[in-house]
Amino acid sequence: MSELIDLTAAQAADRIGAGEISPAELFETYRQRAAANELNAFTWVADAAPDGDGYAHNTPLGRVPIAVKDLFCTEGVPSQAGSRILEGYRPPYTATVVKQLAEAGAPLLGKTNQDEFAMGSSNENSGFGPVLNPWDRTRVPGGSSGGSAAAVAAGLAPWAIGTDTGGSIRQPAALCGIVGLKPTYGACSRYGMIAFASSLDQAGPLTRDVTDAALILRHMIGRDPRDCTSLEYPGEIELPKADDLNGIRLGVPEDLTGAEGGVEPGVRDSFDATLKLAEGLGASIEACRLPHAPHALSAYYLIAPAEASANLARFDAVRYGLRVGGDEDLATMYSRTRQVGFGSEVKRRIMLGTYALSSGYYEAYYGTAQKVRTKIAEDFHAAFEQFDFIVTPTSPWTAFELGAKTADPLAMYLNDFLTVPMSLAGTPAISIPSGLSDGLPVGFQLAGPAFSESRLLDAAYALERAIGFDGSEARA
Amino acid sequence: MLDHAQVLHVARLARLELSDDEVGRMAAELSHVLDHIEKIRELDLDGVPPTSHVIDVVNVLRADVPAPSLAREVILAAAPERLNDGFGVPSPGAA
Repeated sequence: MSELIDLTAAQAADRIGAGEISPAELFETYRQRAAANELNAFTWVADAAPDGDGYAHNTPLGRVPIAVKDLFCTEGVPSQAGSRILEGYRPPYTATVVKQLAEAGAPLLGKTNQDEFAMGSSNENSGFGPVLNPWDRTRVPGGSSGGSAAAVAAGLAPWAIGTDTGGSIRQPAALCGIVGLKPTYGACSRYGMIAFASSLDQAGPLTRDVTDAALILRHMIGRDPRDCTSLEYPGEIELPKADDLNGIRLGVPEDLTGAEGGVEPGVRDSFDATLKLAEGLGASIEACRLPHAPHALSAYYLIAPAEASANLARFDAVRYGLRVGGDEDLATMYSRTRQVGFGSEVKRRIMLGTYALSSGYYEAYYGTAQKVRTKIAEDFHAAFEQFDFIVTPTSPWTAFELGAKTADPLAMYLNDFLTVPMSLAGTPAISIPSGLSDGLPVGFQLAGPAFSESRLLDAAYALERAIGFDGSEARA
Repeated sequence: MLDHAQVLHVARLARLELSDDEVGRMAAELSHVLDHIEKIRELDLDGVPPTSHVIDVVNVLRADVPAPSLAREVILAAAPERLNDGFGVPSPGAA
């Protein structure tokens, strides 16, 4: 049993392909671990393995089950986006990426807990209680895809998907000691993802290692006629194989990694040690400039709430979800349902976004933020003329204690300082574990130009092997 | 800085009822966050075009071919209140 959960998803798929383990046995092993749910990582777990007939025997993903963030709509299965306003909601259709993964041979294991509507960096904003970090259960797993990250780190799921709007895949991956990748904006369909900020939301993998990430990402990409912002991906996602970084130029943006980023000493040590390893593998490392990147957080906390305030207008107690005040007039029903159904962070962002879009403030806030976004994207374009990848720590801090930052929303937002710039620029970025600081995982982030996923995975793979991170402690 | 009247105005725009306690907290928290965000207004952004979509996509069109939607019964199954073949809602009232 314990041997099974020590396999990466790709290794498990190979064993199944070779007839050494049965897919039903693998599913049941993980199903039981997920259902025990000591970390509160799951909001729903499958009762049984899916009927074998529905899946071809030789599938690219080997019938290795997958955990899916709650906000992906899954037909007939609770899809609540971590919110009480959608408690018990079972959608009549399935999100495109979940369907693609099922067709490629990754059946649904369970739905994972998350910050409500993906708004948060600690998972403490879930309407269904916080997720605990498997490395230290008094600490947060990060967010908003904290359930997916904790489940993979703890060996409750072989692999998982999440969504990243300003860091919601990369930061929890970093805090839980796993790999998380945010693809180029538009690489994966958003159809069936309960929307937070539509110009930023992107689905991506959370996995035990870089190879697993490449393997699922392969089957997530592609243009979807149901999402007109999705794009025809140029080429394929290659499985990584690099064993060196010869000729790779890495840029370290001091605008982000300097004093303003507030990077903890233990995180900085791990980052510096990883740069040394990269140098040893043949990479060149130089300082680079992203002069507008320090303003990304401010722009993000105008753009994302503005889009959220529009997206969340659909929760009106008419077509689905919670209804409160149905005996009053229509406007009272709307506003009372939303008061009861939304948590405090969601309300805060709806208010911030509505204010930023309101008459008299639109140009000063939302308009300004969109111009800053242009400058940030230009900074990245210029940097990628000189560098293959930009590297930073993923999060300034390791996993913090539950409750440590809930009293101060701004302090929580600062956690996203190093991940938000890539989101605004729409570029892909991956976080890999670079080591431990006081027994807690540290993430190393690499970002590349649009559609550079295969190269990014290759570089991450070479580094992963040099780092030799051992995540088995979290599965014990 | 947001005062209580502004908070109530924005809450009304957002169709969000707030308790007195929430109004007070919201005014303080939003003001604190906005103080930090204000810094971007110091940047020189004259002549900079706004970005809403980072990868250039223009005029995404498709053929206008009718296709079946989800069945009415399937959609109405999730409704808090069903009225015949539609969604039931309370009266908009006199306001």
